[in-house]
Amino acid sequence: MSKRFDLLTIYGIVFLVFLYAPVLLLPVFSVNDATVAIFPLKGFTLKAYGQMVNNPALLAALKNSLVVAVGVSVVSTAFGLLAAMGVTRYKLPGQGPVMSVIMLPLVVPSIILAVALLVLVRQVFDIPLTLWTVAAGHILICVPFSMMVLMSRLEGFDRSLEEASADLGESGWMTFWRVTFPIAMPGIVASLLMCFTISLDEYVLAFFLSGLDQTLPIFLYGQLRFPQRLPMTLALGTTILIVSTIIVIFSEILRRRGVQSTKPTGL
Amino acid sequence: MSTGESIISLRSVAKHFGSVRAVDDVSFDIRRGEFFSLLGPSGCGKTTLLRMLAGFEVPTSGAILIDGQDVSTVPPHARPTNMVFQNYAIFPHLSVRENIAYGLRKKGLSKQELAQTVEDALALIKMTGYGDRASHQLSGGQRQRVALARALVCKPKVLLLDEPLGALDKKLREEMQLELRQIQRTVGVTFVFVTHDQEEALALSDRIAVMSRGKALQIDAANRLYEAPNCKEVAAFIGSMNFFQGSLRETSGGTALVDAGPLGQLSASAAENAPGPGSQVSIAVRPEKLRLAWDKPAAGQNAIAGRIATEAYFGDRSHYHVAVEGLAEPIAVAMQKSDRLLDDASSIGRPVWISWAPEAAVLLTE
Repeated sequence: MSKRFDLLTIYGIVFLVFLYAPVLLLPVFSVNDATVAIFPLKGFTLKAYGQMVNNPALLAALKNSLVVAVGVSVVSTAFGLLAAMGVTRYKLPGQGPVMSVIMLPLVVPSIILAVALLVLVRQVFDIPLTLWTVAAGHILICVPFSMMVLMSRLEGFDRSLEEASADLGESGWMTFWRVTFPIAMPGIVASLLMCFTISLDEYVLAFFLSGLDQTLPIFLYGQLRFPQRLPMTLALGTTILIVSTIIVIFSEILRRRGVQSTKPTGL
Repeated sequence: MSTGESIISLRSVAKHFGSVRAVDDVSFDIRRGEFFSLLGPSGCGKTTLLRMLAGFEVPTSGAILIDGQDVSTVPPHARPTNMVFQNYAIFPHLSVRENIAYGLRKKGLSKQELAQTVEDALALIKMTGYGDRASHQLSGGQRQRVALARALVCKPKVLLLDEPLGALDKKLREEMQLELRQIQRTVGVTFVFVTHDQEEALALSDRIAVMSRGKALQIDAANRLYEAPNCKEVAAFIGSMNFFQGSLRETSGGTALVDAGPLGQLSASAAENAPGPGSQVSIAVRPEKLRLAWDKPAAGQNAIAGRIATEAYFGDRSHYHVAVEGLAEPIAVAMQKSDRLLDDASSIGRPVWISWAPEAAVLLTE
């Protein structure tokens, strides 16, 4: 390792500053004793955080988002796991076209998807817009991500491990729980977290598909119309930032442990 | 453990993959408590046959009986067999102890019994104290032992081993061969062992089935396979062999006389079911059963004149190739140091006589 400061290092630092400095302004302004987010700072206060926890509409939106995100991450990961297992272990007829269709939501602009789903839900099936429709939309865009994460985990999965389990007296179902599932676990955790995050901050689909119950991004966007509520929004943003940083660090630790204990060191 | 009684019966078992006949109408029995090997080159069907015994493949036709029960369509988890996989298939997310205990979940053992069973198994494979190791901390040989213990604690009626020593280096392989044989004697379980390594099969097995292109060519003890192969393919596959072709003139008193074209008349011991006169036959002789001499040997023996083409010196023995007029291939001769006549370094190119006693050669039909 050389310690010289060359152009590439400077580029790297500038890049990181541009990427994260705006994000770091969030906590700074959230504790600023002023309604407008401009320098110079006026003084330290936790008033905004107090407003945040005393705002029932905000808490309701937060709860809605968490419920949807948890549900979406579990269902998408279950679908993703089944699809990934199917694709990685069998040569299925029409596998290519089917895969393309599953992956399509990755490349279709979400605004198009949202309009199409709205037409489908309201005009074709006439289903009322609720959090269920939001969750269904989110599952649609989360499954491809989940599948990609799990496929990379299951690629090169040693089928003889499942045969060994069967040979040692376990049925297909128990083999799945005792061998396949634990070995795929790091991928499953990664998929759950990824789907949770995608659902939590998804705006466009939620905007089109939600009814009276708002999710957090929609609530937040609505709040920006009222300048005096900006500090509260900043406080919420800061809270989410801290929690998600903790989750990411935690999951990374989990993943590294998983890699160490489940990758055999050759023969 | 009684010998002679059969524990596995294969009855016209066949397995076809599309148009490929991986196993082609195989019938034989494996005896209780024996160390039985399936030996053959890769693609001969030995692994497919083993996988049918384990239940991973269902026979296209025929029946497999284990301990009198037809298990042809019984799934692997319901069979009284356990397998040691070629890559060992050690569960990477479990410790050594958990790996060994994997198959004991349904046996209804108490916690204490379970722990004791695993400890006994660890002792059997000489890995006491390794129970808490993670699988990625194990060497190849240790993984092999854990796979063996994991299968044996389930108390199978038959233990299936799919080239378990193939991934080990030579020295470790030889150690494990001895140990495997010893463990088999200790536990008394029938072993069915798949290998392409003939030395391994010869050293370990009570009986060996030599397989080729989906068929079992000969099923016999190691010494019988070596001394009395029943066909050219077995003779050529086990050890090295010289063949002399000719047509059978007559058989009398267990000795066959063969007209071998430019080599004159040769004789060999013939089995009772030898073919009739005029059949095309081969005389097969092992290199170490041939003798070399400068002078023409006395009558009553087979003798062929040739010239020494190459000599390879191994210390305890020497290998010669002798070129003979009228034969495309040179004849291979192996001589022990004790009876080596040709100490002379300049022996290459010299005329020499090859001779052998009729009972040293085997008569094989074409």
